[in-house]
Amino acid sequence: MDASTYIKREASGRIAIKMGSKSERVMTWTVTVLIALTIAAFLFFDYTGLDLSKAIPETFYNLKTMFLEPALSHFTWGQAFYQMGVTLGLAFLSTIFGAIIAFFLALMAASNLSKAWISKTVRVIVAFVRAVPTVLWVLIFAIAAGLGSEAAVLGMLFHSIAYLVKAFSEAFEEVDQGILEALRATGANWWHIVVHAVLPSTFTYLLSWTFLRFEINFAVAVAMGAAAGAGGIGFELFMASGFYFDLREVGMITYMILIFAIVLEILSTKMKERYFPAAAKSAN
Amino acid sequence: MPLLQIKDLGKSYNSDAKVLQGLNFEVESGEFLSIIGPSGAGKSTLLRCINRMVEIDEGKVVFDGQEVGKLNKKELRKVRTNIGMIFQHYNLVPRLSVIENVLHGRFGYKTTIQGVLGRFTEAEKEHAFFLLKKLGIEEHAYKRCDQLSGGQQQRVGIARSLIQEPKIVLCDEPIASLDPNASKVIMDHLKSITQELGITCIVNLHQVEIAKSYSDRIIGLNKGGIVFDGPSYRLHRNHTDQIYGTQTQATPEIRELIMV
Amino acid sequence: MNEKTMKASRKWQTIFFILLIIGMTLASSAITGFNIIHGIATLPKAGAWILSNLMITQESLERLPTILEKLLETILMSIAATTTGTAVAFFLSLMGSKTTGTKKVFGVFARFVASASRNIPVVAWALILLLSFGQNSVTGYLALFVGSVGFLTRAFIESIDEASQSAVEALRATGATYFQIVFKAVVPQCMPQMISWILFMIETNIRNATLVGILTGTGIGYTFDLYYKTLNYNAVALVTFSIILAVIVIELMSNYIRKVII
Repeated sequence: MDASTYIKREASGRIAIKMGSKSERVMTWTVTVLIALTIAAFLFFDYTGLDLSKAIPETFYNLKTMFLEPALSHFTWGQAFYQMGVTLGLAFLSTIFGAIIAFFLALMAASNLSKAWISKTVRVIVAFVRAVPTVLWVLIFAIAAGLGSEAAVLGMLFHSIAYLVKAFSEAFEEVDQGILEALRATGANWWHIVVHAVLPSTFTYLLSWTFLRFEINFAVAVAMGAAAGAGGIGFELFMASGFYFDLREVGMITYMILIFAIVLEILSTKMKERYFPAAAKSAN
Repeated sequence: MPLLQIKDLGKSYNSDAKVLQGLNFEVESGEFLSIIGPSGAGKSTLLRCINRMVEIDEGKVVFDGQEVGKLNKKELRKVRTNIGMIFQHYNLVPRLSVIENVLHGRFGYKTTIQGVLGRFTEAEKEHAFFLLKKLGIEEHAYKRCDQLSGGQQQRVGIARSLIQEPKIVLCDEPIASLDPNASKVIMDHLKSITQELGITCIVNLHQVEIAKSYSDRIIGLNKGGIVFDGPSYRLHRNHTDQIYGTQTQATPEIRELIMV
Repeated sequence: MNEKTMKASRKWQTIFFILLIIGMTLASSAITGFNIIHGIATLPKAGAWILSNLMITQESLERLPTILEKLLETILMSIAATTTGTAVAFFLSLMGSKTTGTKKVFGVFARFVASASRNIPVVAWALILLLSFGQNSVTGYLALFVGSVGFLTRAFIESIDEASQSAVEALRATGATYFQIVFKAVVPQCMPQMISWILFMIETNIRNATLVGILTGTGIGYTFDLYYKTLNYNAVALVTFSIILAVIVIELMSNYIRKVII
């Protein structure tokens, strides 16, 4: 076999088979760094009071008690459903207000409907808002606005807006440029374009995203109840596990949350499949 | 003993519709055989029965003295290393380099670990370059496969099958997605290389003229059955009419379309 | 005529939809005791409070080393939860995907595990694990790990299903083994998407780690909670600010990596 002039060799003299492209290098580099950081993490961890030989069987025993013998003891079914209603209510309010506010902000953020500097500004603010964990927003509002459902809704609202602005503005940017031009040519003003071209062609997308956010907000509302005292089923979960140490009750509450979450997930998957199968995964 | 024997082969994907029925033929070592027929005649299924990419329902396929339908997983992999395959859509891994795709043909000879880690010997790599040179795409060796034209990608596919050092190459519509120029290049390469290396070649085609000009022998398939089997010079218009189900009095335009 | 009735029914649908939304909003407000006017009215007050109280002062800056150490712990915890979660999710998604799945039972099992670990809220995991693992990094890590496995499995299954089957067929025909096919035909195609999901998961986990930290008393969440409960709002501001900075830096890095690899 004749040696080829096109053969590239590695430093070791072996024939290279990789392209050596930037994309390949960055991927290898990313994976290596992540593995190194993981090892560092396990070395760095604080293992105070950890006894694996006891903790693991205990966890399985606890899980067994939770999931195989669930029961309510500190409150009634009526109360349980009421608390679930509170959680769903918090999720719903922050989603619906979030969607309305996000709609207007997304119009400002969409590059085909807005001026470049406005779009940039909105995007930077949104990125900043998203960087703060929801629980911090809720806790900060709890002292700033006084404890209560207002603080929870306001705190959750921030993230909902940030999330939906990103999703909505991407949907707006996919509106056919030709339609916008045609309408502009007829002398339609900006609001006409929004109401008659942008809104009809993106409405189902907006609805699906909003529902997806509702699904997320349900989980967030549970978390806020537990970690920020926002009330609802999350707070009961926190009380049952952290205060009464009642595993059976924890199990029952977890089941309730699980069932609601799965129903919401199925509904939102159905909506996604129906309205936008391809885009569903892109901006989670 | 012939390299490949097909006996009473039958195949159906669901119980009522039979894709293949009662096929019998033998292929000698070094033959260049074309299988022609309308789409849906079962050409692809027949090819995939030979290396058992689809399960065989009835009859048997004997390749190199082994009954393909009776092999266990490991034996089947061993047999598949001796059978190269070329596809209509090239079936390359788009994000990998040309040379990596060619070397994929060696997996059958490697342990799982060697394959997963991508350990190839220098001889294998040199062989890959040799084949690429033969096919005239050596300069693209380090390009990403999806940056190549269709004809070039198909040549990568050919190199991948040849590096297996196969006894037979199965080509499933290798030129159906290519323009006439690229088609000619591919068919020329297939013909000359298989002849040179003494490899048997079975090609599924729907272009009758190309089948006639390249192959030693043609099998005509219609509705899962063989309607013609003979040397290509014996294939006449009445046979193609039978294969494609067109009538002799059919308008010339229609036949024209089918023949192209 | 037909068009007219359709238009009319459309109109009624819209009206019904809007009424439904309004009704649900009112019902939600009633059950949660949310008062929108009160909510809006408190906004300026809250803004003023934030501006006057959440100030980083010289005194709070002295706590910076402790805060940074906890932040680092939180970031490492999130990365470790994501990478180890990735390893498990990868095998589960191989079982769950149509392309690479071998037995139906495994597929159902993988999807069940993914769904259960994703839909049981991270809060519940944190509280359950806290009982037996105690107040240390491992508890926080495990709570994030379980959630990561659930989310990544679903994402990976989608990526694998999307990858083209044709290369799989070609490698099968060469006599390649299952894992050769997985690592050389499937993984190269899905790798960019998978890395993109992993980066996304790390960002999410850092935000979730704050929440989990508050519940389990670990990492930056615990630090925040401590200052919050002792009304040391200057330190609260510093913690919040450092989290924002960390998340934004990581997001910028991920965006860069995504841009290069896809």
